[in-house]
Amino acid sequence: MSNDPTALTAASSAALVKSGELDASDLFEAWLGRAELDTFGALSWIAQAGESPEQVDGPLGGVPLAVKDLFCTEGVPSQSGSKILEGYKPPYTASVVEALAKSGAPLLCKTHQDEFAMGSSNENCAFGPVLNPWDKSRVPGGSSGGSAVAVAAGLAPWALGTDTGGSIRQPAALCGIVGLKPTYGSVSRYGMIAFASSLDQAGPLTQDVTDAALLFSQMIARDPRDATSVGHQESIHLPDRRDLTGVRLGVPEELSGDGIEPGVRATFEETLERARELGAEVVPCPLPHAPHALSAYYLIAPAECSSNLARFDGVRYGQRVDPGDGLDAMYSATRAAGFGPEVRRRIMLGTYALSSGYYDAYYGRAQRVRTLIQRDFDEAFANCDAIVTPTSSSVAFPLGSRTADPLSMYLSDFCTVPMSLAGIPAISIPNGMSEGLPTGFQIAGPAFAENSILGIAHALESSIQFDRSGARV
Amino acid sequence: MTDWEAVIGLEIHVQLATQTKMFCSCSPVFGDDPNTHTCPVCLGLPGALPVANAQAVHLGLMIGLALGCSLASQSVFHRKNYFYADSPKGYQISQFDQPLCGPGNLAGVRIHRVHLEDDAAKLIHASESGRIAGADSSTVDFNRAGTPLAEIVTEPDLHSAAQAREWLALLRTTLRTLGVSDVSMDEGSLRCDANISLRRVGDQTLGTKTELKNMNSFRFVERGIEAEIIRQRELLDSGQTVTQETLHFDPRSGSLTTLRSKEEAHDYRYFPEPDLLPVEVTEAMIASARDALPELPIERAARYVSELQIDDVLAERLAGDAELAEFFDAVVEAADKSIEARVLATWVSDDAAGRAGDDGLLASKLEPAALAELVALVDDGSITTAAGRTVLDQLFEVGGSPAAIVSDQGLGKVDGGDELEAAVDAAIAAEPEAAEKVRAGEQKALGPLVGVVMKHTSGRADGGEVRKLLLERLGS
Amino acid sequence: MIAKMLDRSEVIHIARLARLNLDEGEIERTAIELSGILDHVERISELDLEGVEPTAHAVATRGELRPDIQGASLSRDQALAEAPVTDGVGFIVPSPGA
Ligand SMILES: [Mg+2]
Ligand SMILES: [Zn+2]
Repeated sequence: MSNDPTALTAASSAALVKSGELDASDLFEAWLGRAELDTFGALSWIAQAGESPEQVDGPLGGVPLAVKDLFCTEGVPSQSGSKILEGYKPPYTASVVEALAKSGAPLLCKTHQDEFAMGSSNENCAFGPVLNPWDKSRVPGGSSGGSAVAVAAGLAPWALGTDTGGSIRQPAALCGIVGLKPTYGSVSRYGMIAFASSLDQAGPLTQDVTDAALLFSQMIARDPRDATSVGHQESIHLPDRRDLTGVRLGVPEELSGDGIEPGVRATFEETLERARELGAEVVPCPLPHAPHALSAYYLIAPAECSSNLARFDGVRYGQRVDPGDGLDAMYSATRAAGFGPEVRRRIMLGTYALSSGYYDAYYGRAQRVRTLIQRDFDEAFANCDAIVTPTSSSVAFPLGSRTADPLSMYLSDFCTVPMSLAGIPAISIPNGMSEGLPTGFQIAGPAFAENSILGIAHALESSIQFDRSGARV
Repeated sequence: MTDWEAVIGLEIHVQLATQTKMFCSCSPVFGDDPNTHTCPVCLGLPGALPVANAQAVHLGLMIGLALGCSLASQSVFHRKNYFYADSPKGYQISQFDQPLCGPGNLAGVRIHRVHLEDDAAKLIHASESGRIAGADSSTVDFNRAGTPLAEIVTEPDLHSAAQAREWLALLRTTLRTLGVSDVSMDEGSLRCDANISLRRVGDQTLGTKTELKNMNSFRFVERGIEAEIIRQRELLDSGQTVTQETLHFDPRSGSLTTLRSKEEAHDYRYFPEPDLLPVEVTEAMIASARDALPELPIERAARYVSELQIDDVLAERLAGDAELAEFFDAVVEAADKSIEARVLATWVSDDAAGRAGDDGLLASKLEPAALAELVALVDDGSITTAAGRTVLDQLFEVGGSPAAIVSDQGLGKVDGGDELEAAVDAAIAAEPEAAEKVRAGEQKALGPLVGVVMKHTSGRADGGEVRKLLLERLGS
Repeated sequence: MIAKMLDRSEVIHIARLARLNLDEGEIERTAIELSGILDHVERISELDLEGVEPTAHAVATRGELRPDIQGASLSRDQALAEAPVTDGVGFIVPSPGA
């Protein structure tokens, strides 16, 4: 064993703590030292030395956690990447963060993100962009970019992110780590500063698939404080699968053909070949409505966010700008100054999509498209155990390259959005390199089939043996 | 001059009597120090989520059943988006196209729907809070934010201000009987808006309506609607048109002011609340709401008529006041079955209720059993009606047993015997002129003589018997 | 549905609904950007959605209700702790009438 516990995966450290070979507070202090090495703008807050938990006996073994800024943490800044919440310290902690702390994963640091989770590059953060540890001139992906970088660069052993249309999977892919977006409803949203309520879901960003399974196993619970939470149908076990005998993997042409960069396409094909070698059957699997998913998503998510963000009005918390001309003038000035351009754009889009006379054409129609996409998946899963696609059509792109054109940025979510609309689980694992940057492989399963996709991911991961040392500081 | 018919629909917001708010576990109590009953949910803090209160749904179903509504099998909460200082989330969670209860009827007025929603916070304007006049800020108290409301919407089936007031009173009694709300207009747990339009008598199409907001007493409801009917009639009579707008009635000046015109109407951007899933109304939930229903005023009045042979007017008067009806039921329960319910009803409605005043019967010392006993004493001739009323005064003030009061104060009937004969003799002596006239056959001169006897006996003597004795004495 | 260009007055109306001050340049830019996005998303109008029910939530379908039992509330100090302007009793807002 290495003398440096921070060189281990979270699950390995947890095992050592549990066997008494490693002291949990030493582990915490060691990771505090790692967090100090952040030169990527990934972390928004770091715990004080000596804040390590006194007693650790949960299944997570005291391995500390990086948490995306949008999770409310009592007395700790929770700003959701927005100027309007600069310095905001909530009076309560998000259910899932509380649950993980109880299970033995104390709060180590908080991570930067795109403002209110709106973005795919982490450039929409009021506190500066986050840089990709593989190449600092490139984006880490978003919106959970800070969490992805924290894990990839070895600033934190594991991290919590949220995924609305790809915000865990895409940055995981662009940073060469594992990211799981769980089944909608399996993790409580209470205390997560909302982007789009019907899509937001918390999930783990980790060094490997085992860590993802371990962290996720302690996140699932029906929370009486979240009416949309249903918990999970089965407990999550640590994956041990090493072959894919008897597994049918479906490849949707709609999400793996046109528009995928050649380098990404190449690693995707290699991984499919590897899957066959492991015993999987790879079959085509049409998702005819998937190309419309992005359109539906960019109506539903902005509509919900336009309403979710109405509470930021300068009255009860956050920043206020008051021109001294009455209540409405205060609202408009506060919100114009507090929200960044992408958030304002989506609020405008969503307000328009819900406004009188447009509801049926936009929001109503998008909700129907959502039904069709869900049906596509239902039919697909009648013929295969999992659906696989590239996670992102490209590798990490240069900072600033997509900021001028919102649509090109939105297209970054092309492969991940359909699963979000259907509420089904999907995991991204690193599956190779292109242009010196990692690529991601997405595995999606039916609702509550996390054990199944974690198993498939584990078998592929064992075979791929991705080398992530290039990102570690 | 044209004959106009007023067409009035009401929207009533009722605060439900729950232990907690609509979507969080804070107390919805009224009147406490500002901002002492809040949590992340009702303050609209980032990340907080609503969870619907089962009891509010239960009470909503009870209202629906009581108003004869069809109940939804699935009900959906929507967001009603608007910015205002009283709105912590920037939207109200209300029901839109799938309300908890659909069409119903109360006393001939059709109910359009009943739905659930959360209340807004309270704005205290600087001038009201007693700070310097002209101050340009307000204070927000979020204690009321999130209080559960049922909104009851009628069809435009009312045609006068008085009728609207009367129907609202029946609705209030019904809700009070159900126990679903305090229904206090003073404290804002019952609030009423009215939609008002005029049309030519005989026309079927509706005229342009205005909305009269937030009338906070029965009197103001009637006066406000009346004022608006007069205003619209004057407009129409002089050839002008009514503008669709929202109005406020100032009870002090009696004037109507515009709050909002149609052009400024909100665009609420309703959409299904993504933080809540549809409420499934199960058979078990409906059964439990039905089991919780007490007898309703209309049912009660019908029972009084059919089972107790009480006339319609008296039955409605009793049943229309939940407290009075409950008291009456207790009197009937306690009374000897040989006494006609009609007689008991008159005692309760005329004598007892007449003494109760604004505070109601419950504030008095009078027990239903005591009243039943008192009526029995009158009924069997132990005391006269007049003495009975004297006893009732005592029961009201200090309570106790009627028989004891009668014997303590010697209110028992004077029948025949020495006492009455002595009183008759005394009367003849006191009114010699009247006595002469009676002797001369002038029967109507008996009056003053009877009066004197009654005075001497404190009303304890039977009038018929006194007459008989007097006539005997005066040999006529 | 035919994709259309949002005009200035629509952008101003939407900004007013959303309570967002936009300066002249932003109004122009927003009109162009939103038109571009709408042009793309309106591709869903090609789909035949006759008889297709809308999906508001993908997985869960029925909401659990909460028992009517009181829980902890925040103290007034906690409630007011992050308020930009407060008098220690309530949240101060500019007068709605001003
Ligand atoms: Mg209402
Ligand atoms: Zn509350």
